[in-house]
Amino acid sequence: MQERSLLEMRGIYKSFPGVKALRNVDFTLCEGEIHALMGENGAGKSTLIKVLTGVHIKDEGNIYIKGHSGPVQIHSPQEAQNLGISTVYQEISLCPNLSVAENIFLGRGKSALVNWRTMNKKAGELLDSLGIAVKPTQQLASCSIAVQQMVAIARAVDMDCSVLILDEPTSSLDESEVAKLFDLMRQLKSRGVGIIFVTHFLDQVYEVCDKITVLRDGQLVGEYEIENLPRVQLVSKMLGKELDDMADIKNDIPVFNDKNKEYVYEASQLCSSEGIKPFNFYIRKGEVNGFTGLLGSGRSECVRAIFGADKVTGGIVRVEGKEVKINKPMDAMKNGIAYLPEDRKRDGIVGDLSVKDNIILALQVKKGFFKPFSKAEANKFAEEYIKLLDIKTASVNTPIKSLSGGNQQKVILGRWLLTHPKYLILDEPTRGIDVGTKVDIQKLVLKLASEGMSITFISSETDEMLRTCSRLLVMRDRKLVGELKGDELTQNNIMNTIAGGERE
Amino acid sequence: MKVQTQTAQKSSFLASIVRRQIFIPIAALLILAIFNFIVDPSFFKITLGHNSEGDPILSGNIISIIDYGSELAILAIGMTLVTAASRGQDISVGAAIAISGSVVLRVLCGTNSHPDTLQAPIIVAFLISCLVAMAFGAFNGTLVSVFKIQPMVATLILFTAGRSIAAWINNNELPVVSDRTFTYFGGYIPGIPIPTPFFIAIACFILTWLALKFTNLGLYVQSVGINEKTSRLNGLNPALIKFVTYVILGLCVAIAGFIKVSRLSTINYSVVAKDIEMDAILAVALGGNSLSGGKFNISASILGAYVIQFLTTTLYKFQVQSDALPAYKAVVVIALVVLSAPIVREKLAALFKKLRSPAKAESKN
Repeated sequence: MQERSLLEMRGIYKSFPGVKALRNVDFTLCEGEIHALMGENGAGKSTLIKVLTGVHIKDEGNIYIKGHSGPVQIHSPQEAQNLGISTVYQEISLCPNLSVAENIFLGRGKSALVNWRTMNKKAGELLDSLGIAVKPTQQLASCSIAVQQMVAIARAVDMDCSVLILDEPTSSLDESEVAKLFDLMRQLKSRGVGIIFVTHFLDQVYEVCDKITVLRDGQLVGEYEIENLPRVQLVSKMLGKELDDMADIKNDIPVFNDKNKEYVYEASQLCSSEGIKPFNFYIRKGEVNGFTGLLGSGRSECVRAIFGADKVTGGIVRVEGKEVKINKPMDAMKNGIAYLPEDRKRDGIVGDLSVKDNIILALQVKKGFFKPFSKAEANKFAEEYIKLLDIKTASVNTPIKSLSGGNQQKVILGRWLLTHPKYLILDEPTRGIDVGTKVDIQKLVLKLASEGMSITFISSETDEMLRTCSRLLVMRDRKLVGELKGDELTQNNIMNTIAGGERE
Repeated sequence: MKVQTQTAQKSSFLASIVRRQIFIPIAALLILAIFNFIVDPSFFKITLGHNSEGDPILSGNIISIIDYGSELAILAIGMTLVTAASRGQDISVGAAIAISGSVVLRVLCGTNSHPDTLQAPIIVAFLISCLVAMAFGAFNGTLVSVFKIQPMVATLILFTAGRSIAAWINNNELPVVSDRTFTYFGGYIPGIPIPTPFFIAIACFILTWLALKFTNLGLYVQSVGINEKTSRLNGLNPALIKFVTYVILGLCVAIAGFIKVSRLSTINYSVVAKDIEMDAILAVALGGNSLSGGKFNISASILGAYVIQFLTTTLYKFQVQSDALPAYKAVVVIALVVLSAPIVREKLAALFKKLRSPAKAESKN
């Protein structure tokens, strides 16, 4: 072990059935260091953290901890705790109906008796020393989310942790709360605690971190000092695209330059309850555009606002020039808008229902309660789309949950195509599905657009977006920060805009 | 080769029967029937007699099962929908029956507890009781769908308060309806030897069947019960759909309550339809429906209701004292519910497969 390091992970391997989640990953954390762990979805961040905290057992590799000679074995979160590794998750895992002091000391006393006065006094001292402005006797639920988060950190710190893992602690905090949290992190840093910070917000990484470790596809990309890694470089490392290989990505779709085509959908100052900054948006007939940005940048929230999936809190919407109100999904559907959600399992499928019912669902709801399709009609629709999209299913009556992910996705796609929308929103339609299906879906998007359908396409893979979209809207930190079209559509420009640098 | 595929098909056919939802209540019914047939074949005897009014009536155990099982079967319809959509059960149906029955009495008798003539037409009394019961259903439905309270907790309120509301409606008196026509609904229509409740139950099944065939009730309820988020994104209003199922259950309660009042021309608020909510929930479970919502099969629930009544009648037949009845019932119910658990059924289906496969293995060798 190196002298100043608190924690070293060497050659970590972890695989799940069918997936190699981590391959030969190294990670080093030093004393008094805030270390950002970066990577897109599926890069292996959470697996690495779960290996470290004993939630998953590593397949291979060694973990060294300061003060322990030789590699340590971590089999459970409790063991990780005993080794001084504490985790604060995005979802606060404390008891909201207990007091702050009770939450700090819960489950740690060795005796069954509690000395309330001592406990509250100790908690008070701890909170004071960390500069957290809260009374120990206050009920946790009555504190703001930020304070709850800090109480969780205080609890972790008091358990003599030397390694503190913060897993997206800032995603539900506002700016001033984030600032408070950062103060706390800096204070812990000055005490010599090593902090692993997982976040999707680039600004925050550059504000508070000392080092960055980037993972991609389960492999280590590298460890960098913060000053040696400009934002654009970081984005390029996360996405796995070198800045200069833009030349080989050819934009082979016909440039969409029909400026005379009418707007199918237009929104101004649209915003929703999910905290996106008001944005303007339009799409023309037959156009394919897309929202891009890192995960958590608000691209999904934008399209959810368009579809009325989240509570719309403001903005003016026009469909084909006419002003309309879209407050709930049904309003959007009536205006010819369709939306394939990002989280297929949570928002897309109705697991126990058959493929047939899943295909006809949206159209059936649109048609009305008293007008059910006959069995023959439903079967006809289902078979038509099973054939059109080449869905692999035993029969139309097979429950959709027994299909593979890609085929489930096609069923949902079929469901929305069946409603013959004017405007189709596809949020990550290609996530987690095989390459062949991905290409099929891209081809289909282009074909539908050539037939006059307007499509918004979101994908984590920039290649895909470049291949299909003629205009890209770039999001950063829940704000629309740029628009790229025509010749501007290059990897370089996208990454620059995401990172917030100047366009080349 | 051919033989092998045939046996494979046969076993998978058998396995598929076991996996079919309606298999459980049918199997339970068969077991009960066979048991009774072996012990005492006279159980199935039906005789034609005359009642005190001189009208022909059929009597026998089977007749009493289809007669007294009716209320439960009607309730099972509503309970199945509520369970499927809201992933929970309404435990206030017994108390709600007391309320709607009390309303019937109040309308028919006015403030006089033993009037010689009806104070209002029977149909009016029935319709008003329907409205009241549906309003209480709407109350439960609002708590569940708008305030998102756990169904059992939400309906606990009416469960606790319902019977005293019923007593209060009639100033804590027990009016008796003296009109003879009124007894037809819970008894016999002159000239027809089959008990009327059975016809009412059949009418309810037919209505439900039509509703499921000519509306999207089934698709919407299942979709909301399985995945609320997806349902909303497909244009449904999950709260409204849950609410509607509670109102439908309210209607079922009114019909069941009406039959109950008609049987005796009066009701005792504190004992009428006692514990019927538990039997109704059990009927849903016996029908193989998941009590945590989602897919449902109403015919199976209805069959489940008759299985429960069959069981009750069988136990009476063996002169089990009415106090001890629940204990016996519990034993049988545990057996049935364990048998109907998906995990056991999967095992059974696998067992059938295994029974076939040794033969297959031998023929290979």
